[in-house]
Amino acid sequence: MNEPLLEVQDLQVRIGRGPRAVRAVDGVSFVLHRGETFALLGESGCGKSMTALSIMRLLPRPAGRIVGGSVRLDGQDLLDLPERDMRQVRGGRIAMIFQEPMTSLNPVLTVGQQIAEVLALHKGLRGRAAESRVRELLDAVGIPDSARRMKEYPHQLSGGMKQRVMIAMALAGEPELLIADEPTTALDVTIQAQVLELLQSLQARYHMALLLITHDLGVVAGMADRLAVMYAGQLVEQATRADFFREPLHPYGRKLFEALPEMDKRGRPLTVIPGTVPPLDRPFTGCPFAPRCDYRMARCEAEPPPLHRIDGREVRCHLYGGEVHVPPAPERTAPDRPRARRRSDARSPETPLLEVRGLKVHFPIRRGLLRRTVGHVHAVDGVDLRIGQGQTLALVGESGCGKTTAGKAILQLLRPTAGSVRFDGTELTRLRGEALRRRRREFQIIFQDPYSSMNPRMMIRDIVEEGMRAQGIGRTARERHARARDLLLRVGLREEHLDRYPHEFSGGQRQRICIARALAVEPRLIVCDEPTSALDVSVQAQILNLLSELQRDFGLAYLFITHNLSVVGYLADRVAVMYLGRLVEEGPVAGVLEAPLHPYTEALISAVPRIDPEQRREIIRLEGDLPSPTRPPSGCHFHPRCPKAQPICARSYPEQRELRPGHWVKCHVAG
Amino acid sequence: MNLARLGGLFTTLLGVVTLVFFLIHWIPGDPVDVMLGESATPSDRAALRHRLGLDLPLYRQYLRYLHSLAHLHLGTSLHDRRPVGDLIAERLPATVELAGVALLITLAIAFPLGTFAAARHHTPWDRAAMTFSLLGVSIPNFWLGPLLILVFSLWLGWFPVSGREGAGSVVLPALTLGTSLAAILSRMIRSSLLDVLGEDYVRTARAKGLDDRRVLWRHALPNALLPVVTVIGLQLGSLLAGAVITETIFSWPGIGLLTIEAIQRRDYPVVQGCILFISLAYVGVNLLTDLLYRRIDPRIRTGTDR
Repeated sequence: MNEPLLEVQDLQVRIGRGPRAVRAVDGVSFVLHRGETFALLGESGCGKSMTALSIMRLLPRPAGRIVGGSVRLDGQDLLDLPERDMRQVRGGRIAMIFQEPMTSLNPVLTVGQQIAEVLALHKGLRGRAAESRVRELLDAVGIPDSARRMKEYPHQLSGGMKQRVMIAMALAGEPELLIADEPTTALDVTIQAQVLELLQSLQARYHMALLLITHDLGVVAGMADRLAVMYAGQLVEQATRADFFREPLHPYGRKLFEALPEMDKRGRPLTVIPGTVPPLDRPFTGCPFAPRCDYRMARCEAEPPPLHRIDGREVRCHLYGGEVHVPPAPERTAPDRPRARRRSDARSPETPLLEVRGLKVHFPIRRGLLRRTVGHVHAVDGVDLRIGQGQTLALVGESGCGKTTAGKAILQLLRPTAGSVRFDGTELTRLRGEALRRRRREFQIIFQDPYSSMNPRMMIRDIVEEGMRAQGIGRTARERHARARDLLLRVGLREEHLDRYPHEFSGGQRQRICIARALAVEPRLIVCDEPTSALDVSVQAQILNLLSELQRDFGLAYLFITHNLSVVGYLADRVAVMYLGRLVEEGPVAGVLEAPLHPYTEALISAVPRIDPEQRREIIRLEGDLPSPTRPPSGCHFHPRCPKAQPICARSYPEQRELRPGHWVKCHVAG
Repeated sequence: MNLARLGGLFTTLLGVVTLVFFLIHWIPGDPVDVMLGESATPSDRAALRHRLGLDLPLYRQYLRYLHSLAHLHLGTSLHDRRPVGDLIAERLPATVELAGVALLITLAIAFPLGTFAAARHHTPWDRAAMTFSLLGVSIPNFWLGPLLILVFSLWLGWFPVSGREGAGSVVLPALTLGTSLAAILSRMIRSSLLDVLGEDYVRTARAKGLDDRRVLWRHALPNALLPVVTVIGLQLGSLLAGAVITETIFSWPGIGLLTIEAIQRRDYPVVQGCILFISLAYVGVNLLTDLLYRRIDPRIRTGTDR
């Protein structure tokens, strides 16, 4: 092997000062060669981003400090460089792209100005020369019409375009090392597939080293040559992609795999990692993972495990200290309780709990001196849905397709422009005022972001009891208290949590509180709007388990709005796929996910990163972005991006056709 | 900018006119008393009342006033029979001069102070700058004005005590007004800049290898100043509205002083005219600020369909 490009040795990062400073990075070592992709894999708060920022010496000031170790680039220790020289490295030899393309570009400078800045700084290019180079870079990252685009501001570009601009900006300095911190986490799957493919091709073309920071096993499986798993500020395992995906050695890595929702795991609770990440503000006496580990031994609590080298892999675990290399079978803390298998094939009964017909939500666009309505955004444009008692229907689609708006319109949180919403025989769109308010008891919603969906000034008790009071549940305050307590216990929290405020809880705990709040009024239908997409995989597993338990115990029906197809496969009975305000396909979960009929569904499924790196399948690449719902394309809305489009697709919108029992599609070419 | 907005503006002004008209008539006191003095006979009073139209029912007076307003006529002063428009026009240059100089002083203090404090966040410099600005906010103008007169006029003799004669006379009243406004504005600039410095795009700028100065001037400040523009507009509005207290302390012959004088004389048309002018200035400046805001924020300027 050639000399390593980047060599990180025993890196130590502290956030804050004094004895309680957080050990965000605690002795991290790895090397990275030219042309290689190395992934740092871990859940939020594990220190992976801090490691990346340390390499750039861009830790948040003044709290973050590097207190030990070295970061060598071609043998030169970056930590010793004066700030002046370090600026030459930043954006020049090492470039970085970030998770949030929406906020990572300066809103008051044009795209071209922001890229040209790097060219002026690191390449001495100005004026005409810089301008033509900017265009070359935009072309290289696949932005069409670069001459026009370079004069635009970030808000005029879509999310995927912005991330391409970020990549162009990073390439401008012709870096030897590119650090990508969750580069596709904020993007839709089809756009994610485009961006990952772009990164790979650029890396090969410029022979860059790529340090990929991610929480997504699927992304790692598709991209990395080697990877390291990070937990509580430490690297607990390092291996090649093939080795790791064949068999992760560290118990934490194994757990991550088991916690992934998948279709094969239907009907069984997902494995969860009990407990939470330990506080990092004190040194560990033993292994940081020990309290949550199934293989825990006395030694694990007593001494920190050293790094063991086994067949070219590294693992920080006592299991591999003695002769035993293969860990014994774990004692399951949460045995697989056989769950009454839900009738996933059961077709909706005669009287569905919820029946939506021709639902439309159009938002007017007003412009000019008189605020005349000059057009409409067809956010939801004729949606039909049925959900039976105790059933789960997943509503799937990319951001901007109208799925959240549809959910709100069903709950009458937004009044639909047209269509009918029948809930247990009652037409909700005709209910007004008090009658509607009373009825709301039966249908509740859980939102995506548990951080912003609770009033920070209310105690948990009041949050859970508010709905009960409004709906007259529990005659006395005492009864309501008792019920709030029971609910909290039911969602896996403790009684003493009642008198706390939302900020005292983690994301997963907050989502549990939101679930308790929804349950408090004894609903029959819950709209879950991306309830786990803000959560880590291991926490997501806990919430999904809870949701399916509650469904079994209370006979709840779920409308599960999500973009995450693995969650759909695990949880849903039926799936409806939405594109630009309309459903394009609906059917039983196995049918839709394993043999999709619509080319859009097919592309969506193929774009989901697989965690099995051997079983690579062709990704159906969709060109471009979701069109504007103001002026949807003629004919089938999907035809401009559809790989199978025929002349007829541009002319007429396809009729709904039931190609398999209970499985229909709106497509001219399917079947 | 649209019709609804213009309509709202008109409604606001009408509301102000109406409110002021009735309020001022409810205040005890009578312009006739002020004009004729204690010794006047009842018949003299009645004659004057009739001549001024004050004997009409209040609602008739109100309609008459609206009628003349509709003809862009602000009425005539009860005190010296001069058109109210002329009186305001006479005082306007003084007010504009004071407001302009005060705004310049405000900006000259607030920008460096706020930027400096934010760039040196978490250091004693930041705390010192903010202590200074807290002092500026807490000191009332009726105390700071006399203090400045004492030091700079009476002791040092640099500037005149009051009035508007010579170039130096504007300095002390403008400084009095500017200090308190600068104190507020510098805190605004600081907090806005601190917010922006924590934004992702500032991190992106650093990751490009830019130095701190360039990150601050090119990336952070232009963004931080967007919300500040609104505040500057509000402040300019309040300056034009006549700094009543400050103008009184320094006997500065501006709109503020005119208003106070007119209230003391129960000179209804002048009070109404002044307040109408003040509201108009306030609303107008805010409108201009909004339009300016649209010019400088590309997200609004080149807004795309949502």
